Amino acid sequence: MKKLSLTLAALALSASGAAAQDVVRMGTEGAYPPFNFINDANELEGFEIDLGNEMCERAGLTCEWVINDWDTIIPNLVAGNYDTIIAGMSITEARAEIISFTQNYKEPDPSRYAALIGTDPEVINSGVIATQSNTVQAGYVAETDADLIEFPTPDETIAAVRAGEADAVLADGDFLRPIVEESSDLEFIGDPMHIGGGVGMGLRQSDNELRATFDAVIAEMKEDGSLNELLIRWFGEDTPTF
Amino acid sequence: MFEFCADPSILPDWQWFACYLTSGTHWAFYRSFLVVILLLIITAPMALGMGMLGALALRSGFAPVNLLGRGYVNLIRGVPDIVFFLFVPIALGQGIEWVLHQINCPDWDQPIRQGNDFIVCREAKMPPVDASAWARNVYGFTMAIIAFALVFGAFVANTLYGAMQAVPRAQVETAESYGMTRRQAFRRIVLPQMWVFALPGLSNIWQILVKATPLLFLLGIQDAVFWARELGGAKTSLYTYPHPDWRVWYFLALLVFYLFLTWASERGFGWLTVRLSRGQATAEGERLRRRAA
Repeated sequence: MKKLSLTLAALALSASGAAAQDVVRMGTEGAYPPFNFINDANELEGFEIDLGNEMCERAGLTCEWVINDWDTIIPNLVAGNYDTIIAGMSITEARAEIISFTQNYKEPDPSRYAALIGTDPEVINSGVIATQSNTVQAGYVAETDADLIEFPTPDETIAAVRAGEADAVLADGDFLRPIVEESSDLEFIGDPMHIGGGVGMGLRQSDNELRATFDAVIAEMKEDGSLNELLIRWFGEDTPTF
Repeated sequence: MFEFCADPSILPDWQWFACYLTSGTHWAFYRSFLVVILLLIITAPMALGMGMLGALALRSGFAPVNLLGRGYVNLIRGVPDIVFFLFVPIALGQGIEWVLHQINCPDWDQPIRQGNDFIVCREAKMPPVDASAWARNVYGFTMAIIAFALVFGAFVANTLYGAMQAVPRAQVETAESYGMTRRQAFRRIVLPQMWVFALPGLSNIWQILVKATPLLFLLGIQDAVFWARELGGAKTSLYTYPHPDWRVWYFLALLVFYLFLTWASERGFGWLTVRLSRGQATAEGERLRRRAA
């Protein structure tokens, strides 16, 4: 009986904890357009910012954004500096051992190679390939015969190709497309490839309640088409929708 | 900032730049220089204080204090700085939360460490769950200052210890023959004279501290180097001010800033050396005496 009342007390406690307006802190990189980036007014903008704000509103949560370096984005989540990662992070098995993911809010987008115009497509197998460190693309290139150089920010991978430091860059097609379309010196080479699963929101493994909340909201947004609207607005008509 | 900035894509060059250089991100960039200077202004005296405590511990004849001082100085000097910059804020933050957890939530029945996660009760969160973003920034900045003061304090301790040993033994003997106690001799004779011996070492540590400030970004503080990298990167038309890779210009600005800091510090230390050498039995002190005579 005593044990039961203790459990009840614990339940009541956790219920009141959830009811109190806790601020949910959302960790993002802020350097990965069009997913998330800092605009010229020094505000966060992008697909995931719109999505995150919409999800928080639907779940009745007060949310606050935190910008964190990509390389330390998982350790800082685990250390409790923020409560979620919403930063274009592909759901992979290796990551799922350390953190947990919601269902994907974006279908896997094919990764592409981009290089200076006129580059021999053979560099994919034998050249120097730039990627952002700790990404699914970095893992992929490490498995091929090409040489891998990694950079802490996505922007630096493009700069490395332009500077001749790398022969090509491998990254999410969604990130590369606007850059290649707007520049006169870059083009896609090779075929689009599927690496890694969809993009999901990362949470601490012990945060089951919050994950269930966001999972439900994502399901709801997939259902009523509002997620598709956001996807098309930020990634164009051709993007895979739900 | 300016009224004509409403649609930058149609502006002539000089107006475009006027708008670009006064955008929200650029103001944050300019502010970050102040953050760097603020960090230096607060950290330097703290490191000096830590160093003084360390040096006194190193001089202490009481074995446990001496051991503590030697342990502190050698541990920190022997481990890469970057490890401490990452370790101190995490360890300190979790330590504070652990203590608060023990005080506030004695009934908590779950383990604090669950796999990779560090779980404390709601009341033990530091900074508190309802803290404003501003309070969180201050907390993060304080953590950074403590980490910097701890690391640089160890180097300062060794420099000050060496400087204290460098004060001629004859000076202390004379003080003792006047009947001063050990403590009096230290305060009146060693302490005022040691600074001139410590200055070259201290100016070195100051310069290293200046150069270490970009490590701030590791601690989640957006410093000048972060903004230079962020603003300099190529921007697509998704941004209000698209431009190609301009990092070289931004890093050039950083170069000028850090060179200016170095130049100003050199001037400052030069002035201090002259000031502290007055009446000292050193080559510089002798030179000053001759010139005056």
